[in-house]
Amino acid sequence: MIDILQILISESFWAASLRISTPLIFGVLGALLCEKSGVLNLGIEGIFVAGAMSGWLAVWLGAGLIGGVIVAGLAGAFFGLIHAILTVPLGLSQHVSGLGVTLFATSLSYFIYRTALPNVSSPPRIEPFRPIDIPIISDIPFLGEIMGQQTAMTWLALLMVFIVWFVLYKTPLGIAIQAVGDNPNSVDAQGLSVYGLRIGSVVAGSALMGVGGAFLTMSAFDAFFFGMVNGRGWVCIALVIFASWKPGKALLGAVLFGAFDALQVRLQTEVGAFVPGQIFLMAPYVLSIFALMIAARKADYPRALLTPWFKGER
Amino acid sequence: MSAQKVLSLRSLSKKFGSVVANDDVSLDLYVGEILSLLGENGAGKTTLMNMLFGHYLPDNGEILITNKSNQMEQLRLGQPQAAISAGIGMVHQHFTLAENLTVFENITIGVGSLWALKTDKKKAQKKIADIIERSGLVVALSEPVGRLSVGERQRVEILKALYRDARVLVLDEPTAVLTPKEADVLFDNVKAMTDDGLSVIFISHKLREVLEFSDRIVVLRHGQKVGEMLTKDADEQSIAKMMVGESTLISKRVNIQVGNPLLSLEKVSMKGSSRRNRLVDISLKVHEHEILGIAGVSGNGQSTLAELISGLQKPDQGEVVLGTSTVKKLNPKVIVKAGIGRIPEDRHKDGIVGNMTVAENIILESLSEKNIQKFGFLNRGSINSIAEELCSSYDVRGPGIHAHARLLSGGNIQKMILARVFSRNPKIILANQPTRGLDMGAASEVERRLLEARKNGSGILLISEDLDEILRLSDRVLVIHSGVLTEIENMDREQIGLMMAGESL
Repeated sequence: MIDILQILISESFWAASLRISTPLIFGVLGALLCEKSGVLNLGIEGIFVAGAMSGWLAVWLGAGLIGGVIVAGLAGAFFGLIHAILTVPLGLSQHVSGLGVTLFATSLSYFIYRTALPNVSSPPRIEPFRPIDIPIISDIPFLGEIMGQQTAMTWLALLMVFIVWFVLYKTPLGIAIQAVGDNPNSVDAQGLSVYGLRIGSVVAGSALMGVGGAFLTMSAFDAFFFGMVNGRGWVCIALVIFASWKPGKALLGAVLFGAFDALQVRLQTEVGAFVPGQIFLMAPYVLSIFALMIAARKADYPRALLTPWFKGER
Repeated sequence: MSAQKVLSLRSLSKKFGSVVANDDVSLDLYVGEILSLLGENGAGKTTLMNMLFGHYLPDNGEILITNKSNQMEQLRLGQPQAAISAGIGMVHQHFTLAENLTVFENITIGVGSLWALKTDKKKAQKKIADIIERSGLVVALSEPVGRLSVGERQRVEILKALYRDARVLVLDEPTAVLTPKEADVLFDNVKAMTDDGLSVIFISHKLREVLEFSDRIVVLRHGQKVGEMLTKDADEQSIAKMMVGESTLISKRVNIQVGNPLLSLEKVSMKGSSRRNRLVDISLKVHEHEILGIAGVSGNGQSTLAELISGLQKPDQGEVVLGTSTVKKLNPKVIVKAGIGRIPEDRHKDGIVGNMTVAENIILESLSEKNIQKFGFLNRGSINSIAEELCSSYDVRGPGIHAHARLLSGGNIQKMILARVFSRNPKIILANQPTRGLDMGAASEVERRLLEARKNGSGILLISEDLDEILRLSDRVLVIHSGVLTEIENMDREQIGLMMAGESL
């Protein structure tokens, strides 16, 4: 017990939690934006892979780190556009299309990686984002220590929480996005484009997912390898429900999940001799299922989620 | 009402494929006037309004509307944005509100640029407050729409139109979902707004309302304008005739002595899943040759009552008596065996299997009968001839008996259900909202069949929100409110209306 408490009050633990949760923050915001407009995007898992691979590849080819983030965002947007066209104007099943996008984006990323680097045994490394030191913030006790270990991408993720919240709740565009996910007819009756709003939201949300993927290869690690996304996309889908489609709660959920994950790594080293490591690997997922059971029952879901809309049908 | 025109539709025509939805329809609307647009389903009312609102592009014709300086000018056709900015507001029958958003957000949605970073909330709130004061459409702005009653949601829809400076307001069947009292409030509000210079096009097929409420009436039939008159010169018979093209529509109820009791509920109580579907200590008796009407606004326990009598739910307390014997184990099988025919409330959801053919749907309750199956194999030949015969005698129109049932229109689905129910000569009929959403032709067919069954000795439990229908058909009337049944001594329209709204007398 003492050990756990000591872990929980250490700066390095929370710094690691925030680092682990960064891709989840991007992913959960992206998924939330898609779902607020009424479209479930199960392409997220594959879009993570595509963002991780394309961002890394761009940097490796000499595009620079910021160039890599942009490429990852564009890659996400591209797969988001495929999903949006299939599910919005064509009205196909969002589940099937999303899973299809995941399979397609994953395999295409692996294919491009292998084509670009046919003969390497160990993946080549890039120079990733470094932690940035912001003078005033690093002077704050505890918090300064935690934030001092984060890279620009984590700062960007936190900034995106605010931007997504602001756009959704404080601007006319955000109200329209929420309305289109709730009752598309309300938007159509005002002469706004249901398709435009939904496609736009899915593309923007998918771009965020792509950037989240890029964090893995450009900040957390410095190379791309197969299987590195490892279910993070699915976790984001669950976190959206946990957050009842609210950006602030989404941040909380992502950090909590990150903390569970950081805790299991530390517990493995503490008591790993007595308990099989797999138990700890499993712990964050089990805990998130329990968190969902508690939180999701009263979730305020977008009423038109999963429901395609066609012009002229009422 | 003044003599000044605000809107003028000229020779509008619209075809869908080979179907003529509107044929050379012209009408004028004057400032401060309430114009009723009457017609059966499919007569072209909705198409006409959709052209006015820019959802459809007319094949022919033009629309003129007065601009700010009182000049008539051409409305750009086929563009909802143009219609909105010209001052045309529409309140759809199915509300176009986002339930998770607040009233304020719903009212202001889409006004101004989507890309603005900030909205002037104060200014918008002041404008809405002004409109509320002038029109009397009171509603709390910060409340999420999902928590409002139906009547309040309708007010939000109207406020939405007025907030966009609507000078012409189209109300599409606004009272279909309201209690009689809520409807009266709505009419008062609309009257107050027309005094302020608003012009209203009122779509309905409740003749009583039209006669009471509007200044002028235009009737459409088969896409053409077939009549136009001042309301003070009109009466129910003449309009009905114009709408349907025949005069003997309303079936006459003859007095018949009721027979033995067929179905009784004795002191039945059910908790239900919420207040909306509980039943509190109710008792009723349906006799041979009797229609027992249950009046009430939906969501007051009718669904639970219907499910109980269909055998889908068991009572927590009390007894269900069929004929003279108490039912021990209530389940749907017992009910079908006892000869109870059911016309369900939601015909699309509970009345048909959409992806099965019309023929299959018609024989669905007779599966065990000899001419339907032999040794467990369906007798297709006999099924088809039964279906053909029933479809023609019940006038089920559509793409034929081998088409999927979901392809039929609402009225024809209901006629198909009638064919299924009445062909089994049920002793007891449970008719739950049997004419909801049907046009006059189909509705009067349903009423005629119910009266005929009554004459032949059936006992009918009629659950309906349409008070006029209850009064036309029923021998006795009970009012249901919050799961409590109250017997009505004398059939007084106003009194029943008040009781439906929950006022004790």
